[in-house]
Amino acid sequence: MGAIDLIDVSKRFTLRVDGAEQTVQALSDLSFSVGDGEIVALIGPSGCGKTTALRIAMGLEAASGGRITVDGVTVSGCGHDRGMVFQHAALLPWLTALENVMFGLEMKGTRGEELRDTAQRYLDLVGLKDSASRRPYQLSGGMQQRVGIARALAIDPKVLLMDEPFGALDAQTRETLQGELIDIHARTAKTILFVTHDLDEAVLLADRVVVMQHGSVQEIMDVPLPRPRGDVEALRGSAAFGETRYRLWRAINAQAH
Amino acid sequence: MPRWITTLASLAVLIGAWEFFGRDINPVFGSYPSAILAAFGELVRSGQLGAALYESLRPFVVGYGLAIIAGVPLGLVIGRFRVVEAALGIYVTAGYAMPLVALVPLLILWLGLGFAVKAAVVFLMSLFPITINTWLGVTAVPKSLIDVGRAFVASDAVILRRIVLPATLPYIMAGIRLAVGRAVVAMVIAEFFTTISGLGAIIINSANNFDTATMFVPIVVLMVLAIGLNSLIGWVEHRVAPWQAEIAGRDE
Repeated sequence: MGAIDLIDVSKRFTLRVDGAEQTVQALSDLSFSVGDGEIVALIGPSGCGKTTALRIAMGLEAASGGRITVDGVTVSGCGHDRGMVFQHAALLPWLTALENVMFGLEMKGTRGEELRDTAQRYLDLVGLKDSASRRPYQLSGGMQQRVGIARALAIDPKVLLMDEPFGALDAQTRETLQGELIDIHARTAKTILFVTHDLDEAVLLADRVVVMQHGSVQEIMDVPLPRPRGDVEALRGSAAFGETRYRLWRAINAQAH
Repeated sequence: MPRWITTLASLAVLIGAWEFFGRDINPVFGSYPSAILAAFGELVRSGQLGAALYESLRPFVVGYGLAIIAGVPLGLVIGRFRVVEAALGIYVTAGYAMPLVALVPLLILWLGLGFAVKAAVVFLMSLFPITINTWLGVTAVPKSLIDVGRAFVASDAVILRRIVLPATLPYIMAGIRLAVGRAVVAMVIAEFFTTISGLGAIIINSANNFDTATMFVPIVVLMVLAIGLNSLIGWVEHRVAPWQAEIAGRDE
């Protein structure tokens, strides 16, 4: 199980600009849900609050109003039922790839042989079998993010939360990792909520796309592409892909007018 | 070209120039390398230098070691917890600028004239640069790394020990390095103002006898000691924080 619901979530924070205090309404009555095993993309112009929404869902920030539930249980703070994949991977630079994956597991209380074995298994899953003992600076950006994904998956969370996971990567690496995420999802059936600013990525990966504007939902769009989506190349060339991408583009661009 | 050749060439130029021009100066007012070297040989042969060095290094090692043991955790908690920063930050900032020489008479009243007061002077001089650097380092730890700890539900203590401490290591090592110089100065100050002893005693006695060449021996020994300790710490830093050298943007 792993359904996540955001119910009337709002977030205000105070900024000091030139000595004067300004209240910023980052999120106002944001509501949407992600079904068990579903992939949902959060998209919208920068400043629309999509990363804030994800951070609140993780528990890294507290909502000013409303609540978030995972399988019906209201969340307060971080928990092992959610695994976070950070922008730029955010690996601990003094640990090896394996130790980075082990870190999350250790925090969950995994010990002994199981700790190392589980971490290694998830490194294998993301294709880093032979890079276990490398440190982050000895890994490419794409490999670093693979470790980040393995770290989040290893604690076996109900929900995977990803904050622009492939945003910092070059186009080719990004496409490879998108394909791998599709594979991982097919194998693990994890619920995934991810933030992106990339239309192609949203359409390719998500079952539904939540378009955000000024801190609330503008539109929720279904992606009518079948699963499994193993053949990424064929998918990109399909009419449904192009048509969905165009609808999404129109929805986002309608905001400007 | 290896870097040590550049360093060696620089040294050769300096010592050569000092030797060349130093010889023209009245030996009371100055000295030159070969005379200092002769005085060095004399002090080594008589066993005076070895004994003095040992006597000086004991309070140095104890004071400096305690400063590391106390200064690093202090800096960590001040940097990490705003309450502690508000409560203790001002004392650390003030302590760094404390005119310690003026306080030595007071320390003597508390601790006497012997080993304890010397170690205390060294401790007080080296504690603050270590604490301040650690504190500064903690405030520079990227938020994203703290977020990783929090997202995986690490406790405050675990975040401090497993994320903040390693992320701060390069700053801590810089503080420990800066403290070497101050600790050496503190050691000599302590030897001047409490019981005259160790290397400080050689400096004072030879100055009183207008034996300038001999006076320079402990000064040079102390500077070489500081350089040695500095590279030792650099080596340790490379061992405990190897990622730092890899991600730093220094030209070869």
